[in-house]
Amino acid sequence: MPTLPEAIIIGAGFTGCALAHDLSLRGFKVSVLDRGEIASGTSGRTHGLLHSGGRYCVNDQEAAIECIEENIILRRIAAQCIEYNGGLFIGLNERDQAYLPHFMAGAEACKIPVEQITPQKALQLEPNLNPALLSAVLVPDGVFDPLRLALAFAATAVENGASFFPHHEVQEMLFNGSGNAIGVVALNRHDGKKYEFRGDIVINATGAWAGKLASLVGIKVPVVPTPGIMVAYNQRLVNRVINRLFEPGDGDILIPQRRMVVIGTTSFEVEDPDYIPLDQDQIKQMYDCACHLVPAVSQTLQRGVYMSARPLIKTEMTGRSLSRTFKCYDHKESENIDGFVTITGGKATTCRAMAEKTADLVCSKLGISAICETKETPLVSYRKFFWH
Amino acid sequence: MNDTIWTIELKIFRQRADAQRYFQTFQIEINPDEYVLDAIEKVWAFHDRSLTFRHACHHSTCGACGMLVNGIEKLTCITSIRSVTQNNGKLLIEPLRNFPVLSDLVVDTSSMFKALEEIGFNQVASLPSACLPYERKTLEHERSEYQRLVDCIECGMCISACPVSLTDSNYLGPAVLAAAHDASSQPLSNKILEIVDSRDGLWRCHNAFECSAVCPSNVEPGLRIMKMRQTVIAHRIKKLFSRG
Ligand SMILES: Cc1cc2nc3c(=O)[nH]c(=O)nc-3n(C[C@H](O)[C@H](O)[C@H](O)COP(=O)(O)OP(=O)(O)OC[C@H]3O[C@@H](n4cnc5c(N)ncnc54)[C@H](O)[C@@H]3O)c2cc1C
Ligand code: SF4
Ligand code: FES
Repeated sequence: MPTLPEAIIIGAGFTGCALAHDLSLRGFKVSVLDRGEIASGTSGRTHGLLHSGGRYCVNDQEAAIECIEENIILRRIAAQCIEYNGGLFIGLNERDQAYLPHFMAGAEACKIPVEQITPQKALQLEPNLNPALLSAVLVPDGVFDPLRLALAFAATAVENGASFFPHHEVQEMLFNGSGNAIGVVALNRHDGKKYEFRGDIVINATGAWAGKLASLVGIKVPVVPTPGIMVAYNQRLVNRVINRLFEPGDGDILIPQRRMVVIGTTSFEVEDPDYIPLDQDQIKQMYDCACHLVPAVSQTLQRGVYMSARPLIKTEMTGRSLSRTFKCYDHKESENIDGFVTITGGKATTCRAMAEKTADLVCSKLGISAICETKETPLVSYRKFFWH
Repeated sequence: MNDTIWTIELKIFRQRADAQRYFQTFQIEINPDEYVLDAIEKVWAFHDRSLTFRHACHHSTCGACGMLVNGIEKLTCITSIRSVTQNNGKLLIEPLRNFPVLSDLVVDTSSMFKALEEIGFNQVASLPSACLPYERKTLEHERSEYQRLVDCIECGMCISACPVSLTDSNYLGPAVLAAAHDASSQPLSNKILEIVDSRDGLWRCHNAFECSAVCPSNVEPGLRIMKMRQTVIAHRIKKLFSRG
């Protein structure tokens, strides 16, 4: 039997876990290294919104189409960790009302199944909504448990032969005589020793840290860590995701999760996302936004606050208007370093699609013809990750 | 807004592979409205990159960040610094009890996950069945078309606090027995019965209720163990009469 192609993935967030799953199904021997636990970077600290695409259907239809397609796939393959009750976009003022026709047209163009309902009907479905709402549209949003979604991808990869190395921080890259990547050196933080991992391809899936990791080998990847805040309150006041019916902005999504509701988010840039202090002004801002969507938030207690950084790709513009779709850099093309690929950007909702496109690239680089099977493969129980 | 900064001392349990255990102290400055997990992450980010700990969601949904804070099980991501110490105060941080330590604050919870899987405990359930057994159900709760992630976040803190788990590592433990109660329907499945009505199951519990005291997520494992006992006894009686 010919030896299996070997892939080394750096980063065990949604991107790394979904890619490990895809490549394992295509017959790769995969090793995933993360300096922390699974989903200890941005992925664990997300809002948890399984996007319907509604949020992007006016301004970024490419992202919206990808969201609705992946939303349907994830509901099929990862139902074990998704609360699926749909969502509502609600209009609260004249500005929102003016946005409504654009929203309906955008949703239709992106094939997102939406239904406009009366404010009365919306209040029947969700009695805690702001009673002053002027319009309401049902959308197929969902909510996922972030760690369990990442673990489900990881556990399925493990079932198909992948190995995960949590608490392994990649510190150096290994090159052959022609300057091409052949592996990495990682510090095992459990025992304090360094280990070498060698493979046919090294994939940088370190999200907001992709630029920092690439700089280890003197490569520039234009990723800006762009954090946002989320605040959780201790009552489940709605069963659907509540979105503000307007262009994406701050504090315009309130999601239910377990016994909580979580509001988010904001957008600002930082240099180093290793530790992002909680911004007390933004906590107050989120509280006001949440109360505007669902006034009963004022009768709850704050349960938790967290921040995490988006891996946004630097273009001429700054902040929220950066494109939400992901980028895959083949460093053979840009710096003439073969065997090294960076994948960054994207959303949790679209991690499977990101993985598919990256795995396609990796296969074509290595001359492998295996095709993607992740759309049809249900993920095994996330718990299996713990006792492989 | 509140921009108070406190100086606190964290005394953290350290253990590298099989090497000796020791405690290490770190002084950090932090806003007391941040959480204990933020303080630990700050130690990792600015003082000691070798520190290992588990975390993911930072808002009490994943269950990864349970630790002992000043000797008591706490979900560190929702435990504010203000609630457990004071300015110039100390925090003692240790890994959960009754699980093997992998390193520092990271414990091996695989036995719990394996048992939860065997029980067939689902993380997503219909809204009525995700409520507590005694919960007053509002109209909303009755609507079975809604679903949600259940209460138990599989943090293992109840097992850490349980005096029976401490003396007997084979005991299934509160999380697993509570999950069995959650997963069991009428009539009881033989599989669940076999697991819970066993030497390491339901009857080992001493009613200490430490599990319910530390559970961060409304599961009330102690109460569920008692309910499950009632269910099993009722099942036995029924069986007795149906034989006769
Ligand atoms: C505030 C906020 C809210 C969001 N909400 C949503 C949402 O509701 N729905 C949605 O679909 N998407 C959401 N997203 C987007 C989504 O969370 C991210 O796109 C996704 O988590 C990125 O995953 P990733 O795997 O690329 O990065 P990460 O999860 O950050 O993974 C990168 C990993 O690399 C590791 N790493 C870094 N350096 C090294 C090294 N040297 N060696 C080894 N490992 C290393 C890190 O530890 C980390 O685990 C949100 C993002 C933010 C910021
Ligand atoms: S019952 Fe409570 S303490 Fe025990 S694992 Fe579940 S959530 Fe944690
Ligand atoms: S980090 Fe997820 S429960 Fe605390």
